[in-house]
Parts: sequence; structure tokens; C-alpha cells
Amino acid sequence: MDISKLKSNSIVWIVLVAALMAVVLSLLSPFFMTVGNMTNLSKQVSIVAILAAGQAVVIISGGIDLSVGSVLALSAVVIGTLIKMDVDPTLALFAGLLAGTLAGTVNGLVITRAKIPPFIATLGMLGIARGLALVITGGVSHPVLSPLFLFIGNAKWLGLPIPLYFVVVTYLIVAIIMHKMVFGRHVYAIGGNERVARLQGIPVDLQKVKIYALSGFLAALAAVVMTGRLAATPPSVAQAIELQAIAAVIIGGISFVGGRGVIITALIGALIMAMITNGLNILGISSFYQQVLIGVVIIVAVWLDNLKSSNR
Amino acid sequence: MRVRPLFANQGEDIMPKTEPLVEMRHISRNFGGLQALTNVNLEVYPGEVLGLLGHNGAGKSTLIKILAGADTANEGAIFINGHEAHIRNPNDARAHGIETIYQELALCGNLDAPANLYMGREISKWGFLDKKAMKAETAKALSRLNIRIKSFDTEVESMSGGQRQAISIGRAVHFDTKILIMDEPTAALGMEESKMVMELTTELKKQGIGIIWISHDIYEVYNFTDRISILHGGENVVTAPTKDFTEDEIVSMIISGRPVERSAAKQEV
Repeated sequence: MDISKLKSNSIVWIVLVAALMAVVLSLLSPFFMTVGNMTNLSKQVSIVAILAAGQAVVIISGGIDLSVGSVLALSAVVIGTLIKMDVDPTLALFAGLLAGTLAGTVNGLVITRAKIPPFIATLGMLGIARGLALVITGGVSHPVLSPLFLFIGNAKWLGLPIPLYFVVVTYLIVAIIMHKMVFGRHVYAIGGNERVARLQGIPVDLQKVKIYALSGFLAALAAVVMTGRLAATPPSVAQAIELQAIAAVIIGGISFVGGRGVIITALIGALIMAMITNGLNILGISSFYQQVLIGVVIIVAVWLDNLKSSNR
Repeated sequence: MRVRPLFANQGEDIMPKTEPLVEMRHISRNFGGLQALTNVNLEVYPGEVLGLLGHNGAGKSTLIKILAGADTANEGAIFINGHEAHIRNPNDARAHGIETIYQELALCGNLDAPANLYMGREISKWGFLDKKAMKAETAKALSRLNIRIKSFDTEVESMSGGQRQAISIGRAVHFDTKILIMDEPTAALGMEESKMVMELTTELKKQGIGIIWISHDIYEVYNFTDRISILHGGENVVTAPTKDFTEDEIVSMIISGRPVERSAAKQEV
């Protein structure tokens, strides 16, 4: 890879930005680069990072999934309720994954069959899944004290917290699907020009259903991690987290128009957001400013992307 | 011959004697109350360029959409190499070796040339892309047509209109294509690029591909097509060798929808 190619490579830029932030934060505070804080950071980032992987696929396809926070809550509630009914925790875990995947599949079917734009279809699901979570539990949070979930939420393996492994495996698999497999190629084609994709014989509707099902599945996977961390399944969990997932994808440099972007940058985007929150906390700056800063970062990220596109 | 008998005597010695690649017989299509096509016939022979003419609303697009599988006829049949073909969708058409090139450059601008060439029929194993094979095949396919592009890794969006249309053509003829429908392939291109597309098309013609060429540029049609078929109000007006007429006569038939009497000037030649 030559220098000019490196310059235009979005991964290089975003990694540099993230590294720069880490250096600045560790210079500003001796507490930033400690094992304790890094463990904390990786736990904080895990939920949003897993959601961002699914959101990245959806956004590359030219769509959006606003329902992931609610689907996460619904999946968590399914797990909590089943465990309370003395169902085997492993079975409950898979039932939760199934619930999320089903909700995502419904999103995909509504978008392709009823021809409803993704923004509206998933906005509907945002209400439906959250409402169902509340209906199922009557608004009550169930404790989850099964060793399986406590292990997922709190244990370490080789010195690293388990949620981090969920993140790594998620990104590994999603990156392979998107960059090495036919399905991923189709997602990029659909995001680039859906009409052309259809004319060239790509089964656009089928692939879209799979895209939203994948996003739903990853929301459920995030629910598994969340349940482990909270040791409970409150139906009001993860409100507005979809916006953080979308922000992570955008900050990472994945084009909101669709068709362009590298999966791993969504993880780096999530890391940058977590570092802002974590860093400002350590520096004792009010959390009110964090929201302002994250907002500014989103706009600057897209602005930089626009500058790059106009150079193209 | 199912050509209109109008100029049958003069026409037959110029007509190819071979069997037509594709025959559309008695095609009718109506959309609710609107009769778009009435009893239209069309045939294309190997190695010829057939100009399909008519002004907007004459039924050209509807007719080729039916052949390309993007629409279906209410009545009539399509024969390919003498056998009836049932074309219900674009994939059926492709399976019969019918490919279409659209005016608006049907490529995904965000993908590179091999990705576009193999879109929808990627070379893969167990769902994994074989990028190397697709790149190598693309290089071969394009060099066979003397198409040169800078790099197989650049997005086609950054290429010129001519290069992109060349990739479209490369894609269309790569998969054992017998009939190529070109719907105003030069409309979005400059003069030099149009010339390149026509040279490419001539190359395809030599390979025995039958080409349906739709264009509003009468000069282009007159100098480039072997035969013309004019539609008007969803009906055949005339189908004959292009050089049976003058440019003015062709224009007048497109506008009036009536076949002209053979002009005196032409007969003297």
C-alpha cells in the first residue's frame, strides 16, 4: 500500500484520532491508562460497540435501525422472565437471542413487504418492542443471579473482561461477512444503488430481511451482556442507546448515505465516544459537557467525511 | 420471413438467411385502459444491429422491457432460437442470454469494476467471494473488448462516462450473451465516448451477437444500424434494412406513423 492510498484510507485516520485521544487523556490524568480504568472502559463500550456493528451493516445498506435499544430491552426481558419461571439459563439465553432476531426479521419484512421506509418501520418497532417489554413484565425488573450471566457480565479470562470477547468475536464475524462474503458484497451494492442491485439480479428484499434480522440478533447479543452486567432485566433499560450506536457508526466514518465504510471503524467510533465520556469523568468535567462534546464530534466527523468525498 | 411484406422483394436479398436469434410474435400489452402495444412483431438476427425507433410513448421501452423480463406481455410469445421462451423476470431473460444496457449507466458507483461485472452472480465458494478469480476474469473480459481501465481497485464512480459504459458492456457480454438490448447507450456520453461505445458494439456484432439499438439520434441510427423497426402508437410501422430509406424518410415515418412510398431519389441510386 503506497502513501497516497494510506492518506485516503479512512481506517488510518480514525485510528490516529483514537490513539491521539488516548495519549492526550493519559497525559492529562494518571488514572486513565490504569488496568482498572481500561477494564471499566471496555465494559462501558461493549454494549454500544455490539449494537454499532449491526447498525453499521444497516447503514451501509442505506437504511437505519432505530429499534435496537427497544429490541435489546425486549430480549433482556424475555431472558429475565424465563429465568424467573425456572427455565434453564442457557435456554433462556437462546430464547432471548431468538426474540431479538425475530423482532429484526419483522423490521425487515415490514420494510420490504409493506414498502415502509426503514426510519418509520424501525421507529414503529422502537415503540412496539419497548411496549411489549413493559407488558410482559408489568414494568417490573427481574433479578438474574444465574452463574452463567454473572460470568458473562463480571468474569475475566486471560485478564480481560468477558464482554470484551463478545465485542471482538462480533466484529470479527461481522467484518468477515461484510468484507469477504457474497452477502456483504450485496449489502454494499444495495447501499450504493438499490435499483441497479435489483436489475443485476441481487435478491434485494431477501438480503434486507437478513440485514435487519442480523441487527436484531446483535441487539439481543448486547442484551445478554447487559443482563450479565446488571444482574437484572429492567424493561426500561437501554433507552436512546440506538442514538449512541448510530453516533459510533458515523464517528467511525461510515457514510450515512450508504454503500461505503469499513466495519471495524464502528468499533473505533464507539471507543472514541466511550473515551470522551470516561475521560471527562476522570477529569471531573460535568457530564453535561460530555453530551455537547459528543454532538460536536458527530458533526465534525461528517464534515470531514464530506471534505473527503468532494476531493474524490 | 415475418417482415412486413411492404418491401419484401427488395428486402429479401439483403436479409440474413439465417434463423432469427429472437422473435417476438404478436405482442400486446395494455396497462388498464391504455393500450401500449398492439400485435407487435420483432426479430433479431445474429450479428446485426437492429435500430428500434419511435418517439416517446411509441412503445419501444415497453417492448424491450418485455424482452428483458422487466415487464410481461398480455398476449403474444417470444421465441429464442426457434423455441418458445417464457420470460417472467430479469433472471429468466439472462438465462436465455438476453442482456440489457441502460441509458443511465447501471453500475454501482461505490464498487470497483470486478464487483460491478459480477454483481448478482459473484464467483464464490461456501458464500465466500473469490475476489482474485473475479479480478482475473474481469481483466480478461475487458481486454478481449480492448477496454482499458486504470485500476481494478478504484470505484467506478471516479471513472469517465465512457469507461463506465464500457464496463456495462463488458458485463453484459461476459455471460454468454446472445442478444444485447442497448437502450440509448450513448445518450449520457460525449462524442468521443459515443464513438468508443459504437466501436465496441461493432466488435460484439462480429462475435455474432444480435443487438437491439434504441436511439433518438437519427444520424447515429442511420449510419450504425443494419435494419430498423419503427413503432408508432404501439404498432409496427415498418421493418426493413436501414439503407432502404433516406434519413428524412425515417424521420417522417417516426413522426407520421405511416410507411413512406419508396422515394424516386433512392431508386435511382
